[in-house]
Amino acid sequence: MSLEVLAVDDSRTMRDMLRLTLNDAGFTSHLAEDGQHGLEVLAEIAPDVIITDINMPRLDGFGFIDAVRAQDSYRTLPILVLTTESSAELKARARDAGATGWIVKPFDPEKLVRALQIVAG
Amino acid sequence: MTIADPATSPDPNAETAELELLSFHVGDHEYSVDIMAVREIRGWTRATSLPHAPPYVRGVINLRGAVLPVVDLALRLGLDVEEPTDRNVIIVVDIGGRTVGLRVDAVSDILSFPRNALQAPPEMSADRDHAFIQALTILEGRMIRILDLGAVLPGDTDVAA
Amino acid sequence: MSDPMQEIRASFFVECEELLEGLNDGLQAMDDGDRDAETINVCFRAVHSIKGGAGAFGLDQLVAFAHVFETAMDAVRDGKLEVTPEILALFFQCGDLLYDLVRLARDDQELEEDRLAPVVEQLEALVETEEEAEEAVDFKPMTLSLDLPGLAPLDAGDGEGDGAAGDEARGENAGEGDGTGPFEITFTPLPDLYTSGNEPLFLLRALAALGTAQTRCSWDTTPPLAEYSSATSLLTWQITLETDSDEAAIREVFDFVDGLCTLTITRGAGAPDPSGSAPKPDMANDEPAPPASGPGSTPPPPAPVPDTPPAATAGAAPLASPVPAAPEPEASAPKPEPKPAPAPAPKSAAPAPKPAAQPKAEAKPAAANATVRVDLDRIDRLVNLVGELVINQAMLAQSVAAADLGGNGAIASGLDEFQQLTRDIQDSVMMIRAQPVKSLFQRMGRIVRESASGVGKSVRLTTEGEATEIDKTVIERLSDPLTHMIRNAVDHGLEDADTRVAAGKPAQGNVTLTASHRSGRVVIEISDDGGGINRKRVQEKAEEKGLIPPDQALSDSEIDNLLFLPGFSTASEISILSGRGVGMDVVKTAIATLGGRITIASEPGAGTTFSISLPLTLAVLDGMVVRVGSETLVVPLSAISETLSLRAGDNRAIGPHTQVVQVRETFVPLIDLGTELGYSTPRQNYEGAIVLLIAQEDGSRAALVVDAIEDQRQVVIKGLEESYGHVPGVAAATILGDGQIALILDPSDLLANASGLSRATPKLAEIA
Repeated sequence: MSLEVLAVDDSRTMRDMLRLTLNDAGFTSHLAEDGQHGLEVLAEIAPDVIITDINMPRLDGFGFIDAVRAQDSYRTLPILVLTTESSAELKARARDAGATGWIVKPFDPEKLVRALQIVAG
Repeated sequence: MTIADPATSPDPNAETAELELLSFHVGDHEYSVDIMAVREIRGWTRATSLPHAPPYVRGVINLRGAVLPVVDLALRLGLDVEEPTDRNVIIVVDIGGRTVGLRVDAVSDILSFPRNALQAPPEMSADRDHAFIQALTILEGRMIRILDLGAVLPGDTDVAA
Repeated sequence: MSDPMQEIRASFFVECEELLEGLNDGLQAMDDGDRDAETINVCFRAVHSIKGGAGAFGLDQLVAFAHVFETAMDAVRDGKLEVTPEILALFFQCGDLLYDLVRLARDDQELEEDRLAPVVEQLEALVETEEEAEEAVDFKPMTLSLDLPGLAPLDAGDGEGDGAAGDEARGENAGEGDGTGPFEITFTPLPDLYTSGNEPLFLLRALAALGTAQTRCSWDTTPPLAEYSSATSLLTWQITLETDSDEAAIREVFDFVDGLCTLTITRGAGAPDPSGSAPKPDMANDEPAPPASGPGSTPPPPAPVPDTPPAATAGAAPLASPVPAAPEPEASAPKPEPKPAPAPAPKSAAPAPKPAAQPKAEAKPAAANATVRVDLDRIDRLVNLVGELVINQAMLAQSVAAADLGGNGAIASGLDEFQQLTRDIQDSVMMIRAQPVKSLFQRMGRIVRESASGVGKSVRLTTEGEATEIDKTVIERLSDPLTHMIRNAVDHGLEDADTRVAAGKPAQGNVTLTASHRSGRVVIEISDDGGGINRKRVQEKAEEKGLIPPDQALSDSEIDNLLFLPGFSTASEISILSGRGVGMDVVKTAIATLGGRITIASEPGAGTTFSISLPLTLAVLDGMVVRVGSETLVVPLSAISETLSLRAGDNRAIGPHTQVVQVRETFVPLIDLGTELGYSTPRQNYEGAIVLLIAQEDGSRAALVVDAIEDQRQVVIKGLEESYGHVPGVAAATILGDGQIALILDPSDLLANASGLSRATPKLAEIA
C-alpha cells in the first residue's frame, strides 16, 4: 500500500532517515523542516498521513497540528508525532493536541512503517 | 640488507619468480631498476635549477602539469659527468609515493631474471656507489647492477639543507 | 549502491557542526544579555537534535550527555532555572564537550568519562534543585539497522516486547486465561477515537496481519438513528486471532487508541469458537473488508471515516510514481476536500498532475540558501583543471605572440576575451572553495574560555567579520596559529584583573578577532586590550638568549619582530597555556606557508594587535616574471613596491658582503638574486641593474637585483614541498607559457635569510 506521507522535522538527519525509511517502504515522502514549512507543503499536496516533530523553530509541532486540524479536510487526517520521550504525559499532550499516535525517536524503521499502517492503512 | 626488498620484490616469497629490470647506461656503467618502479621514460628537457639544492639535483621539470624533481644519476653516483644532451633520457620512477626523474645517458634493455639469481653486493666494495647498489647479477657475462632507488633519492637531510 | 545509512551518518555529523554553531551563537547571544525565549529554545533544539540523531546511530555517550545538557536547558526554558553567568559558563563548557563528543563519535571514539563526569554532576545538580523527583530517563537509544527484512507489510515478527505499548501494557484485563489458543479481543471504539484520526478498520487490518483473524462486528450499542452523532459510540468488534505473536504485539496495535476505546484481550486454551455470540451483521473475514465492499458492513455513516478507503488508495497507483515537476497553480484545485468515505477519493479521481512537492518542499524555506554538498576531491580536480586552463591560455598567448600574429585584430581580441573568461572561471571556481571564517572564530571562543579559566582571568572574545570567506584549506591551516596567538593574548597580552583595574581598565580583558577583505587579501586581526608589548623586556630577553648583540639601537617594530625569532620563547617562560613548545616563529612560518604575512602593532598600556594578511586563494598569484641568470623567476606582485634602474652611486657597500641602495632618504639592503640563489657570481658593478623594491608589512625592505623584467601576470601555484621539499627563499613553482617551470620567490623568507639580523640565528624556514 503506497501511502503519501508528509514528514516534518527540523533536523536534517531525522528528515534523511524518515525519507529513507518511507521510500524504502514504498511510500511517497514529502519533507518539511518546521511547522510553518509543513503548512506550506500541505497546501500543495494531499497526504494520507503526517508525521511531525514537536520542538521546531517558527511553528512547533503542537501549533502545526492545531493549524492542520483547523482545516476541515484534515480534521481526521492521521497525524503521528515524533518524540524522544515515551512518557505517558507526553502521549497525553500529543493526543490533546490532536495527534493520532506517536513514534518514539530514534525510531525503528519497521515500527514506524507499522505505525503508519495502523493509522493510515 | 636482503635482496627481497619491497621496492624490488612484489612477491618476496617467490624466489624463482621472474624479476623484470630496466637497464640503462650512465657513463660507461650499466645499471638497472625494477621495472615496477618505472612510470615512464621521457626525453631530456632543461630543468629549472633549485637554489641551495645538492648538486646532483638537476632541478625540476614540468611533467604534464606536475613539478618533477630530476636527479642526475651520474652526479649522484659520483661518475664523470657530461652536460646533458638531447639524447639523454629521464626515467620517471615512483618510490614510496614520491615521483622523481632520473637523468641517465640512455636506456638499453629490459632484462628478465629469476629472483634467486640476484646476489648481494660484496661488502668489501669501496666504491662510492656501493651504497646505491642493492643487488648484482650476471647476464651473458655482463655485470648488472640493480639500483637501490631509496638511496638514490635526495634524502630528507639533503632537501632540508 | 553506497550505504544510505553511512551517508546519513556523515550528513548527521555535518548537521552537528551546524547545530553546534547555532548553539554557540545562542549561548553567545545570551551571554550578551539576550533573554529572548526563542534564543534558549534554539540552543535547546540544537542539543535535542544532536541527541535525536546520535540515538539513531547508537552513539550512547553522546546521547547521554546531550540528554543531561538538554534537561538543564529545558529547566531554563521553562523558567525554572534562572540564567546566571555561572550557568552560562557551564553551558559554554557543555557546548565544548559536546563538540568534542561529536568529533570523537565521528571517529567511533568516546571521551574519557572523567572529563564528562564533573560537568554532568554540575548539570544534574542544577536540575535536581528544581525538580523534586527526577523524571525517569526513558530515552532509550536504539541503533538502527536499515536492513529492513523486506519490510513485509505488518509483519509483526515474533513477540516485540520493547514496543511503547509493551512498556505499558495495562489493558483492562490483561491475559486472563494464559493459554496457547487464539486471542479473543473485544474492541469498542469510543467516540474520541474517531476524532483522533484513528481508524478502526486499519487497526483491525493491522491486527489481522499478526495471524489469522475472524472478525465479527456488532452494533448492540448502536443508538437509535435520531441520536447519531460523531460523539456516540457505535460498534463493537470481536476478533478471534490465531497468532504466533504475544499479547504485547497485539497491544502495540492498539497503542494509539489506548484510552480511546474499551479493549479486552483474553487468551483461550482451547480451539477458537468461530460461532461467537452471534453478532448481528456477521463480517467474519480473514481481513476486515473495506467499508465499501459489503453493504452490511459499512460503518455507520456519521463516523467520519478519516481517509480514502484503502482499496481506493491502493488503486491510485500514479501517486507513487514521479509527478511532473511543474507547479501548476490549478493542480491544487482538486485538493483536500473532506474525503467522504465511500465516494471516490478526489485525488485518485483527479487526473491533474500534482505538484511534485518533494523537491520543492526541501528547497522551500526562504531563510536558507539552497546548497549542494560536493565532495572536496571533485572541487580540487576542478581547481586543478582550471589551473591547466590558465596555463594553456598563457601558452597559447605566447605562441600567438611568437608567431607575430598580434597585428590580427580578431586574434588579439579573441585572446583577450579568452583570457578574461579564463580568469572569471578561475575566480568562480576559487569561490567554491571559500568558506566563512565563522567556524574558525567559534573555535577560538572556546580557546579563550579555556585559556582564561586556566590562568584565572576573565576574558571576553569579540568577533567581527565572521562572514568573511577564505579558502577552506587556509581556514583549516589557520586553526593552529590562531589558537596559539589567542592563548598568547590571554596569557601574556592581558594583564591580571588587579593590574587592569589599577590602570583604570575594566577587570575583564578583551580579545578581539576580526576578519575583513582588504585590497584583494583577507586580513585577520587578533587584538587584546592588555598592556602592550614590554619592549624593554623583549630586547633584554633577546640579548640574554644571544639572539641579538647587546645594546643595539632597535626601532619599536624591530623589537616587536624579535618575538618571531626562533628560540625567543623558550621553556623557561612556557606557561601552562601558551606552552606546548611552540613559539611565534612557528606561527610566522605557518602563516608564510599559506602565502600570508604577519605583523605586530603594539601600544604600551593599550594593547597589541597581530595582523595576518592572507591571499584569498592558495591557487593563483599575481606575479612579476623576471630573469636572473639563465633562470626565470616569479616575484609576487604584492611584495613589490616599485622597480628601479640603478644609477652609478645609488648603491654603497657598508661591509664586505653588504651593499645598500639609497632610495630617496633611506638605505635599503641590496640582495643580488643571482648570487643569493646561486645562479651567478656577484656582479662588480650595479650601474644600470634592475632592482625590485620589496616592502614587507613589518616595514622591512630590500632591493632585489634581477637581470630583466619580462612580464607581469597571474600564475598558477604549483606546490614544491610535496614533490621535492622546502627550498629556502622559494614559495612554490609555476609553469610558464613555454612549459618551463619557474620558481616563485618567497620575499619574506628570502629577506629573513639574507638580512643581517637573521644570519646569526637559525634559518626560520627550517623550523617548519
